[in-house]
Amino acid sequence: MVKLSAEELNILAILEEKHHISNESIAMQLNITEEKVQQLIQKLENEKIIVSYPTLIDWNKIEGKETVVAMIDVKVTPQRGVGFDEIAERIYRYPEVSSLYLMSGTYDLSVTVEGRTMKEIALFVSKKLAIIEGVISTTTHFMLKKYKHDHVIIEGNEDKDRRMVVTP
Amino acid sequence: MSMQYERFLSKTAANLAPSGIRKFFDLAATMENVISLGVGEPDFITPWNIREHAIEAIQDGYTSYTANAGLLELREEISNYLDKRFNVKYAADDQIIVTVGASQSIDLAFRAILNPGDEVLIIEPAFVSYSALVTLAGGIPVPIATSAENGFAVTPEQIEAAITDRTKAILLCSPNNPTGTCLNREALTAISQIIIKNDLLVVSDEIYAELSYDGDFTSMSAIPGMYERTILINGFSKGFAMTGWRLGFLAAPRELIQVMVKIYQYTTMCAPHMLQRGALEALRNSRDQVENMRQHYWRRRNFTVQALNQIGLHCHTPGGAFYVFPSIQKTGLTSDEFAERLLLEERVAVVPGNAFGESGEGYVRLSYATSIDHLQEAMNRMDRFVKKLEGTHHTLETVK
Repeated sequence: MVKLSAEELNILAILEEKHHISNESIAMQLNITEEKVQQLIQKLENEKIIVSYPTLIDWNKIEGKETVVAMIDVKVTPQRGVGFDEIAERIYRYPEVSSLYLMSGTYDLSVTVEGRTMKEIALFVSKKLAIIEGVISTTTHFMLKKYKHDHVIIEGNEDKDRRMVVTP
Repeated sequence: MSMQYERFLSKTAANLAPSGIRKFFDLAATMENVISLGVGEPDFITPWNIREHAIEAIQDGYTSYTANAGLLELREEISNYLDKRFNVKYAADDQIIVTVGASQSIDLAFRAILNPGDEVLIIEPAFVSYSALVTLAGGIPVPIATSAENGFAVTPEQIEAAITDRTKAILLCSPNNPTGTCLNREALTAISQIIIKNDLLVVSDEIYAELSYDGDFTSMSAIPGMYERTILINGFSKGFAMTGWRLGFLAAPRELIQVMVKIYQYTTMCAPHMLQRGALEALRNSRDQVENMRQHYWRRRNFTVQALNQIGLHCHTPGGAFYVFPSIQKTGLTSDEFAERLLLEERVAVVPGNAFGESGEGYVRLSYATSIDHLQEAMNRMDRFVKKLEGTHHTLETVK
């Protein structure tokens, strides 16, 4: 864990909301130079505090790009010496897996898988996931509708400005 | 027979000057693709937990009147809040009234203290309703013009010069609408000495108190000798993003509160019950969200001030609220002309400075209560507009 300066925390707050923003704009918002912004972002990237800049895309709006997502609860037998890590690695290496978390509770790994059809995902589970040594059971939940993802409300209307154009 | 309504109308009411913002609103409202920097309210929606509490209050049947001064539970939270945030102590049972917005608080204050002909000093540029409220209460508004050289802060000398033997009170608004100017502890102390010396009251509009950016906000009531002379106006609108709820509060010495409650019970009865219950949640569990909004405004302020100065529209860095008040004098246009042409030619809405008093002429008010994307686009458009004006200007000079 590292302690960050107020400037660094402000940069993270800005980038978390919107990552394709110019260094010039960030500099103006924080009253610091562009060079300083560049340098701080570089530092945050080097330290892997800024891990990546993903773009949230609604593929289901695009013809031919429809995507099915499933969340799979996986029970596994932890292995001597490496615990869950080795089996987790064998799962997350698959490109179909978009996220993988170790969980507390009634199952161990939460695997998110993306595919083009339900059949494709079913095949992934039966042919690839379930047969991995140490996997005891899988429960597949297909995602029916995405309401909110990474703090973004997908179909909300709260970003509509309902204010009058000019008020005192 | 056509009715001659003029004879029925109250002369005081009929003679009130129409709001300078109104006509501009009418024009802007008819246009499309306008980026508005003319909005005097947060772009944030009220935090969800507060909304949910109000929804629950309706579901649970909180639909009756409350005490005139508001729910005692809410006044207790307000009392805590004023103490913790601003270090001023007011008793929940007889020193606080929950009102239908800060404007109503100010109305109550003037009605409670003014006799016909009493004068109230108003620091201009000022929020549009102060003068009208003084007039409606039978008083006489006496404007004191501030200038950009002083960062639109009033000086003790200016106040002293405006005092007559009819002066009863002064209205201060810090952080200020429309200039964003903040009066720090030192400035307030200097002003307080004049107020005490001349035995005046202060109606202190502190509705933007949560939105101050450079050092801690100081309440006029916390200045030595001022507690007993201050009617403190605050509310939920700006800091908590609750403008449409119409919920404010005021705190004052009990002798003044007694009279104000009397007026309130005859005119309004009480603020809406279910919304008061929502406000409880605002004071109890919204500190992080208020701070998060403040951070956003702070960044937008920095951005806007720098962008305007780069464009060549000089402005001071305001300490609070969400307004900047740049000079447009170098364009050679009046505030009205500038605002109207900017709207028609570049579709950016700002408010002409003279809507806030004569001393606002030569300036416009920009609200940065909008996203950075909108601010960026608005600044691009304003830059283009100012360059175009300069181009025209140069051509004219060469022709001459």
